[in-house]
Amino acid sequence: MTTVEGTPSEATRMRRASPVRQLLTRPEFGSIVGAILIFFVFWALTGFTVGSGFMSWRGFAAYIQVAAQIGILGATVALLMIAGEFDLSIGSMVGAAGLILGLSITQYGLPLWLGLIITFAFALAIGALNGYIVVRTGLPSFIVTLGSLYMLRGAGLALTRLVSNGQTIVSGVGTAAADDPLSNLFNAVLFTIGGADFKVELLWWIAVVAVSTWVLLRTRFGNWIFAVGGSKEASRNIGVPVNRVKILLFMATAASAALYACIQVLSVGNADVLRGTGKEFEAIITAVIGGTLLTGGYGSALGSAFGAFILGVTQLGIFFVPGFNSDWYAFVLGALLLIAAMVNNWILRRASGARS
Amino acid sequence: MTVDQTAPAAPQASRSDVPVLEARDISKYFGRVIALKGVSLSVKAGEVNCLLGDNGAGKSTLIKILSGVHRPDEGELLMDGNLVTLSSPREAQSRGIATVFQDLAVLPLMSISRNFFLGNEPTKGVGPAKRFDMGYADRISREHMHEIGIDVRDTAQLVGTLSGGERQTLAIARAEYFGARVLILDEPTSALGVKQAAIVLRHIVKARARGLAVIFITHNVQHALPVGDKFTILSHGRSEGVFKRGEVSLDQLLGLMGGGAELSDLSRELEQLQDEAVRAHAAEPGAGAPPAG
Repeated sequence: MTTVEGTPSEATRMRRASPVRQLLTRPEFGSIVGAILIFFVFWALTGFTVGSGFMSWRGFAAYIQVAAQIGILGATVALLMIAGEFDLSIGSMVGAAGLILGLSITQYGLPLWLGLIITFAFALAIGALNGYIVVRTGLPSFIVTLGSLYMLRGAGLALTRLVSNGQTIVSGVGTAAADDPLSNLFNAVLFTIGGADFKVELLWWIAVVAVSTWVLLRTRFGNWIFAVGGSKEASRNIGVPVNRVKILLFMATAASAALYACIQVLSVGNADVLRGTGKEFEAIITAVIGGTLLTGGYGSALGSAFGAFILGVTQLGIFFVPGFNSDWYAFVLGALLLIAAMVNNWILRRASGARS
Repeated sequence: MTVDQTAPAAPQASRSDVPVLEARDISKYFGRVIALKGVSLSVKAGEVNCLLGDNGAGKSTLIKILSGVHRPDEGELLMDGNLVTLSSPREAQSRGIATVFQDLAVLPLMSISRNFFLGNEPTKGVGPAKRFDMGYADRISREHMHEIGIDVRDTAQLVGTLSGGERQTLAIARAEYFGARVLILDEPTSALGVKQAAIVLRHIVKARARGLAVIFITHNVQHALPVGDKFTILSHGRSEGVFKRGEVSLDQLLGLMGGGAELSDLSRELEQLQDEAVRAHAAEPGAGAPPAG
C-alpha cells in the first residue's frame, strides 16, 4: 500500500458527520418534523381544546384510520418511486379488487378465503402486467399506468353492470362475510380507548411499513431498489436484475391496493367501483412528504408513514377547525406536496454535500 | 490478490506471455454501418494497453464487445489463449472482465458501502431473516477506500459527496475486490480536471503493479502516454496499429488518431482567418467586416 504522504489530498478534507447532521440528512427527517408541526397547527387552530374534537380519542382514532389506509398504499408506492417508477393504476385497482372480492362472495357465493385468493391473484397479475409493459416497451410508467388506471375503471364499471343487473355497487358483502372468522383479519376492532375504536388496519399499516422498510434498508433487494432508481444503465452494467426489481415492485403496489380494497369492502359492507378514485395521487403525495424523490434513487418507506399521518391529521383536522370544511383538504394537500418537494430538495443537497 | 506480482516498468517479465484477454480481427456492423473492421487488441497481466481514438472511431463498440454487451459479427475473443464467447455482461464479469463505464460507474445517491457491494451484497441469516450484512459491508469498504487513499470516516456518506476522480477510483477498487483480472476503463479521466485525473491515473498504475491487465480507453493522449505500455489506435473503425511505450511521441500518436491531419489543416485555416482579420482592420479601422468568401 502506498498512500500519498505529504500531499494534501482532497480526500482527507472530510469532517466526521455528527449524529445531528446524520439525522438531518435522513430522507424522512422532513416528514417527522412536518408531522409534529401539522399536529400542533391543527391543535392550535382548534383552540388547544382537550377531550373533544381534534384532541380526543375519537379524533385520534379517526385520523389514524385515514392514515392507516392511505399509508398501506404509500409504503409500497414509495418503494416503487425509489426504483424510479410510478403506479397510477392503484386508484382503480382499489375499486376493481373490491368488486372482485364483493362479486365472488355475493354473486358467486364463494367462500371468503377463495374470494381473497382470487382478488390478490388478480391484483398481482395486473401489477406484473404493468411492470412487464413498462420494462419491455421502455415507455414512462406514468403513461402505462395511466392507461391501466382508465382501463381498469372502465372495465370495472362495464363488467359489474353486466353481471349485477345494472348496479355498480355490490351490496350485501357485509352479511355474506359476517360469519366468516377470516373477515376479522380486515375488519376487527383491535382495542377501544375512550369510546374510540382502533381497527385492525392499524396493524396492517404497521406491518406494511415495517416490511417495506426492512426490505429497503436491510436486504439485497432493497439495495437494488435504490440502484435501479438511481441509474438503470449503471445498475445493469453491474449486474442488478433491473427488470425483475421493477416488475416485483409493480406487483407490490397492486397487492397493497388489493389489501386496501379488502379492508374497505369488509368494513363498509359493500363494494363500489369508484372507490379509490384519487388514491393514486394521495399515495404519491404520501411518499413525497415522506422524503422520496419524484425522480427516484432516494427515499424512505418509513417516511411514507409520517406522510400518511400528515394526510390523516389534515383531512380530519380541517373538519374541526371552525369556519373551514373538507373542501379545503385538496388545497392543503397540494400546498403540503409543494413544500415537501422543496424540503426534499434541500435535504438531498445537504446529504450529497453540494455547496450551492 | 493472488495474481503474480509484476514489476510495473517491465511488463515482459511476467511468467506467462499469453495475453489475459485478446481480440482477433473483430468486425461489427450495425445495418450498413461498419463500426469495426478487422480490429485486434490484446492485454497481458501487469500491462496497460491504451485504446486511443477520436470520437466515433469505434472505441465504445469495441469495449462493448469485450465486456459482453455486443457480440462481434466476425473475429474471435480469447482469454488466456482459449476461445471464449461472452454472451452477457454478467458472463464477462464472472470471467474476470470488469468494465468501468464513464459516468455510470457509481450511484451518487447511494452510500459508499452500498455502492461498493452493489450486485454482490454480503448476507447473513437464513430464510426470511436473510439480510444485507451492513456491518461487514461497512468494514470492508472502509478498508478498501483507505487502501486507495480515500479516507472515509463514515461509509454511510453518499457517493455524491466524493469528487469525480474518487468516484472512478472507487469503481476501480470495487472491480478489483470482486476478482477482476482485466480492467476495462472507459474514458475514466475525460470528464475530470487535472488533479482529479491524476488520482485516477495513479490508481491505474497501482492496479498494473498488482498484476492486473488494464485496457484504458481515452482520447486524451496526455493521459495515456505516462501510464501506457502499449497504444492501440483506432480510426474510423479500423486499427491504425499497435505501438510500444517509447516508440511513439505525443505528436505521432495525435497524428495516428486521425486528428493530426485535421489539426494541421485547422491551424492553417485559423492562421488564414487571423491574417484576413488583421488586413481588414488595417484597411478600415472603423468597423472591419471581414469579406465573405
